[in-house]
Amino acid sequence: MKKLISIALAVLCVAAMFTGCAKKLSGQVATDGSTSMEKVIGALGESFMSANSGVTFTYNPTGSGSGIKAVQEGRCDIGLSSRALKDEEKSSGLVGTTVALDGIAIIVNPENPVSDLSVEQIASIYTGEITNWKDVGGNDAEIVLIGREAGSGTRDGFESITGTTDACQYRQELTSTGDVITTVSQNPDAIGYASLSSVKDSVKALTVGGVAPTEDTVKDGSYVIQRPFVLVTKDGTKLSEAAQKFFDYALSSEAAPIIAAAGAVAAN
Amino acid sequence: MKQYLKKQALERVIHGVFLLLGLVTVGCVLLITIYLIVSGIPAIRKIGLVPFLFGKVWASTSKTNPQYGILPFILTSVYGTAGAIVLGVPIGFFTAVYLAKLAPPQLKSILSSAVSLLSGIPSVVYGLVGMLVLVPGIRKLFHIPDGASLLAAIIVLAIMILPSIIKVSVTALEAVPKEYEDASLALGATPVETYLRVSVPAARSGIAAAVVLGVGRAIGEAMAVMMVSGNAPNLPTSLFESVRFLTTAVASEMSYSSGLQQQALFSIALVLFLFILLINATLNFFLKRGKEA
Repeated sequence: MKKLISIALAVLCVAAMFTGCAKKLSGQVATDGSTSMEKVIGALGESFMSANSGVTFTYNPTGSGSGIKAVQEGRCDIGLSSRALKDEEKSSGLVGTTVALDGIAIIVNPENPVSDLSVEQIASIYTGEITNWKDVGGNDAEIVLIGREAGSGTRDGFESITGTTDACQYRQELTSTGDVITTVSQNPDAIGYASLSSVKDSVKALTVGGVAPTEDTVKDGSYVIQRPFVLVTKDGTKLSEAAQKFFDYALSSEAAPIIAAAGAVAAN
Repeated sequence: MKQYLKKQALERVIHGVFLLLGLVTVGCVLLITIYLIVSGIPAIRKIGLVPFLFGKVWASTSKTNPQYGILPFILTSVYGTAGAIVLGVPIGFFTAVYLAKLAPPQLKSILSSAVSLLSGIPSVVYGLVGMLVLVPGIRKLFHIPDGASLLAAIIVLAIMILPSIIKVSVTALEAVPKEYEDASLALGATPVETYLRVSVPAARSGIAAAVVLGVGRAIGEAMAVMMVSGNAPNLPTSLFESVRFLTTAVASEMSYSSGLQQQALFSIALVLFLFILLINATLNFFLKRGKEA
């Protein structure tokens, strides 16, 4: 009798497992592309997986260019690009959907009287054409350029927006946003850049062309030192159920706080 | 008899376990060595040994013209270590003589525990203090735009190698037979004369080993110097230049690197590894000579 009961129980259990599975989402979401999006996409993937335990989420950090190529060749579900798609990429049938915006604040020491610079001025400061603060309305002191290490997403973003790629004359190359902020807060003549979300009161964020860096100005595009984080898909190719659900999730208002925690401004 | 055999079998098993655990360490060293050589060679072959070791420009992520010359890093590591030795050895040496021979017992125990504490401080703390106190201090003292420099790194390294130098030197000095000193004192030499002319020469191989140990510690340090040296890949032309060490070159770029850049970082690690092997060989030489003497 005991045996019978246990068998019946076992059968019930197995049945319950199967009915449970039938409703659950399963499958794989493969993403490929921008290394700068690592934090944002990693956080989104993690929270998506914990909500849908049957889904495997993968992220291949290869760079925006290879991510776009991977979508085109069907090697991944969603491509990740930290720049807007070019026209020829759009005409080849790719669709870019902005998931988040990455604002980069230009920071100086609070003692520095300069409070506004144009993008051109920032570019000439970083390439070494302007070396003294007095040329941009500040004290007579040498400008100390603080930047990030080669390969950093913030450095890549800053240099590509200001058009100073591979031309910056850094005095210090630091390996984290926190180090940049600390160093700038210690040196009255320093200038640095850092992800908008991590800027603290110990430093002063400059207005760029008169626009202060805030979540709103990044969102409406008036603060120019920013770049989009783009989800790239192929027009006419239907995403798998899991990938579509992730796509919708990333763009939902539910994902906004996760994106903000990862240091970017949600686009929606 | 049976019990004896049983005991012996147990003995063998325990021997085996000890051997196995010993081999774990050896295995790790072998694994790391082989891995470094295998992953370090390809980039050197691609770049060429001479342009790699003697190239003056490091621009690993340049999209148009990437260059992989590590001469700035090698020179920085050599100068930085040499500077730390020049600053650290005199301080460490005299502290060791004082601790081993002259200090009253109570003061000695306080000083010894302070030295031990210094060696227990994590390097990131040295870096942090250097970043917040030393770097702004150098900037103000020398009226230069930025204090993150070779000098800051040398000062931090000099402090960091003090415990190794002091501890090993003290051990060497305390091992000098008391009869040597008694003989010298009996001949009318003052205590300080005795310590400097008799004890120190008798302990010289131990003291040399202490210095080499300090060199090893200084050349391998990454975290603290990364925070105070500025990290720009410049040739170390002055003490106030922002510079990058061999260790920090690997540490700062590894996390995002790819392709040839990553391979080149392994090659830098291989060069650093060879430096450290050389230092270890020197250390062994001094220690062996110390035993024979």
